[in-house]
Amino acid sequence: MKEVVLAKYGEMALKGLNKRTFEDMLTKNIKRRIKPLGSFICTTAQSTMYITPNDENADLSDVVDRVGKIFGIATLCRACVCEKDFGDIAEKSVEYLADTLNNARTFKVNAKRADKTFPMKSPEICMELGGILLEKFPHLTVDVKNPQVTVTVEIRDTNAYVHGENLKGAGGLPVGSSGKAMLLLSGGIDSPVAGWMMAKRGVHIEAIHYVSPPYTSDRAQLKVEQLCDKLTDYCGGIAFHCVPFTEIQEAIKDNCPEEFFTIIMRRLMMEIAQRIAAKDNCLALITGESVGQVASQTMAAIACTDAVCRIPVFRPLVGMDKTEIIEIARKIDTFETSTLPYEDCCTVFTPRHPKVRPQLSDVEKAQNSFDFEPLIQKAVKNTEMKTFNFN
Amino acid sequence: MPVYLDNAATTRPCAQAVAAAVDAMTVNFGNPSSLHRAGLDAQLIVDKSRKIIADSLGAAPDNIIFTSGATESNNLALRGASAAYGRKRRKIIISAVEHASVEETVAALEKNCFEIMRISPRSDGRIYSEDFLGSCDENTCLVSMMLVNNETGYILPVKETFTAVKRRFPEIVTHCDCVQGYMKLPVRANSLGADLISLSGHKIHGVKGAGALYIKKGIRVLPVVTGGKQEKGIRSGTESVPMIAAFGAAAEALTDDIGQRFERANELKKYLLGKLSDIENVAVNSPEDCSPYIINISAAGKRSEIMLHFLESKEIYVSSGSACSKGAQSGVLEQFGIRGKRADSALRISITAETTETELDLFASALREGLEKIRG
Repeated sequence: MKEVVLAKYGEMALKGLNKRTFEDMLTKNIKRRIKPLGSFICTTAQSTMYITPNDENADLSDVVDRVGKIFGIATLCRACVCEKDFGDIAEKSVEYLADTLNNARTFKVNAKRADKTFPMKSPEICMELGGILLEKFPHLTVDVKNPQVTVTVEIRDTNAYVHGENLKGAGGLPVGSSGKAMLLLSGGIDSPVAGWMMAKRGVHIEAIHYVSPPYTSDRAQLKVEQLCDKLTDYCGGIAFHCVPFTEIQEAIKDNCPEEFFTIIMRRLMMEIAQRIAAKDNCLALITGESVGQVASQTMAAIACTDAVCRIPVFRPLVGMDKTEIIEIARKIDTFETSTLPYEDCCTVFTPRHPKVRPQLSDVEKAQNSFDFEPLIQKAVKNTEMKTFNFN
Repeated sequence: MPVYLDNAATTRPCAQAVAAAVDAMTVNFGNPSSLHRAGLDAQLIVDKSRKIIADSLGAAPDNIIFTSGATESNNLALRGASAAYGRKRRKIIISAVEHASVEETVAALEKNCFEIMRISPRSDGRIYSEDFLGSCDENTCLVSMMLVNNETGYILPVKETFTAVKRRFPEIVTHCDCVQGYMKLPVRANSLGADLISLSGHKIHGVKGAGALYIKKGIRVLPVVTGGKQEKGIRSGTESVPMIAAFGAAAEALTDDIGQRFERANELKKYLLGKLSDIENVAVNSPEDCSPYIINISAAGKRSEIMLHFLESKEIYVSSGSACSKGAQSGVLEQFGIRGKRADSALRISITAETTETELDLFASALREGLEKIRG
């Protein structure tokens, strides 16, 4: 029996003339992702991606696992390929779904007749197949409202497909279809989630991280690299920029009033990030800020940080509670890594009483007391880049 | 040169494994938990091995916990999972042909008010997944089944059984002791349907002292050894970096040509069986479709131990029962329907892909000689 994976588009299906661009992007992402699992043919038709294994014995559960994490797909399922002939459909349904139906009590049949030349209409298919299944599996009863198993028959252009449950895909748009942005990745819980959310909207992510040895350790950097590695499951390849930040932090400590340490540090981080973003054609910055979470994330503080930004800053978590963020972090498996206990650059020289409602003029005055420009240029120049790819 | 045909007991460490272990003892000897660079370097070695082993199973590095060996892995799996899931559900189901590290562990749990079901092979010497499924109920917390039997090489229907069990009782935790199957047959965590998988380093040309337990994401295993919270708190105690490095290096060296080596082992097995069929009074105990790496035979009427020592005098090393039971009969052969004198004279020949035809020739002629010379 031939089995395929059907991956159905999410909102991409609604796109007009440029749908093709999105499709190509999605095909490329899927192909790259399942390449290590063997040889597959990917074809698209009627807003569905058909992933057909060249090897009959290929393990499709790994394919479903991987494709389920690719943005742009709303639902996916493993399906059995049938001839466009009701006899064959009935025979294969009984065989293919035997295990599932044996362990269920209620079911219904759902038919989708995309090919209108098929002689039976959808309700007829449902009735006939339902009858046959009831005969073969006498313990079942039909429940059209809340069935344990929905048997779906899809009559498409080339073949018919039978499958049990649909699995939920990752949704969103194919990564890369919305351009590139630079994610400020600290190693905390929020920033990987912010990156994931923007990738869901089709944004190709690059990451930037600031290290301040000896105040921060190699392990802290390693942890961020692990996070990058985990994000590749969803975001595809990630270019990771590591900025040496010690001198700047020491200069802030030596020259600025303590209450403005964090805010000035963030302004300088943004400055460096947008310079590197410009070099790499990133159109925006992404941060994991959420209003009011900490002193540097109050609206007044965000306004002061934003004042240095010349490109848009996306803050997808801006209106989320910590618990909601943690829920996503657990789902995308970054939570455990994020909570490893290493000092990161944001916690170095934290002021005892940070200014909660800083005035831009005060911050600018405090920052202008020292010329950071040479240090910024040096940091940008000495930034190291590493690439992470999924495997 | 001695002829070593006891590779199911242990294997010769490969050059890569030895080099990795030496490096971790001489250069990168730090404690992975230390915060300084020396500690980090040691941790990176452990992480590298973890990644190699995870990749080989199609799993994520987070899923791998290092232990001192497969016995500990089996203990951790059974004790840890039964502690996490067995508060109300007190039934554990295993096959009746498990290794002592599973059998004795569940025997200990039995004394602790767990109900243990042991599924025996049917009269044809095979274990059926229906028998496992038939014993499962809502009171069952754990099902454990080895992939390849260590005495006969019989391949158990793990995938069928676990899939069937999971489909009917998704809350039951499944454990597979893959020691004799890992790097010999294709072992993928996902397709095997196992929540827990035990592995050993020294059976795949690593060094004794390192094993691993694969724990599927979302499955809880409570620690058996507590302390400094190494290995995510599931197995405290400073990691044995040299042994783990060797384990990873050995796995890396083998992982790409499992298929080729399987073919080679099959050739060797066929060759040996051909040789043995010429010798009178030798019966093959392993089923035909068993792992090609293990061949269990009986040399009629000659007690295993005597034959073993006779072969030893010719520098040929095989095993009577499993090495762990120091030659004592484990009862596993009896489960497979091999009883009495045939069981008393059982010998286990276990090969690697590096075994040569010449070595098998030497064994066959020594066996023939032994059959003639040994009285009684």
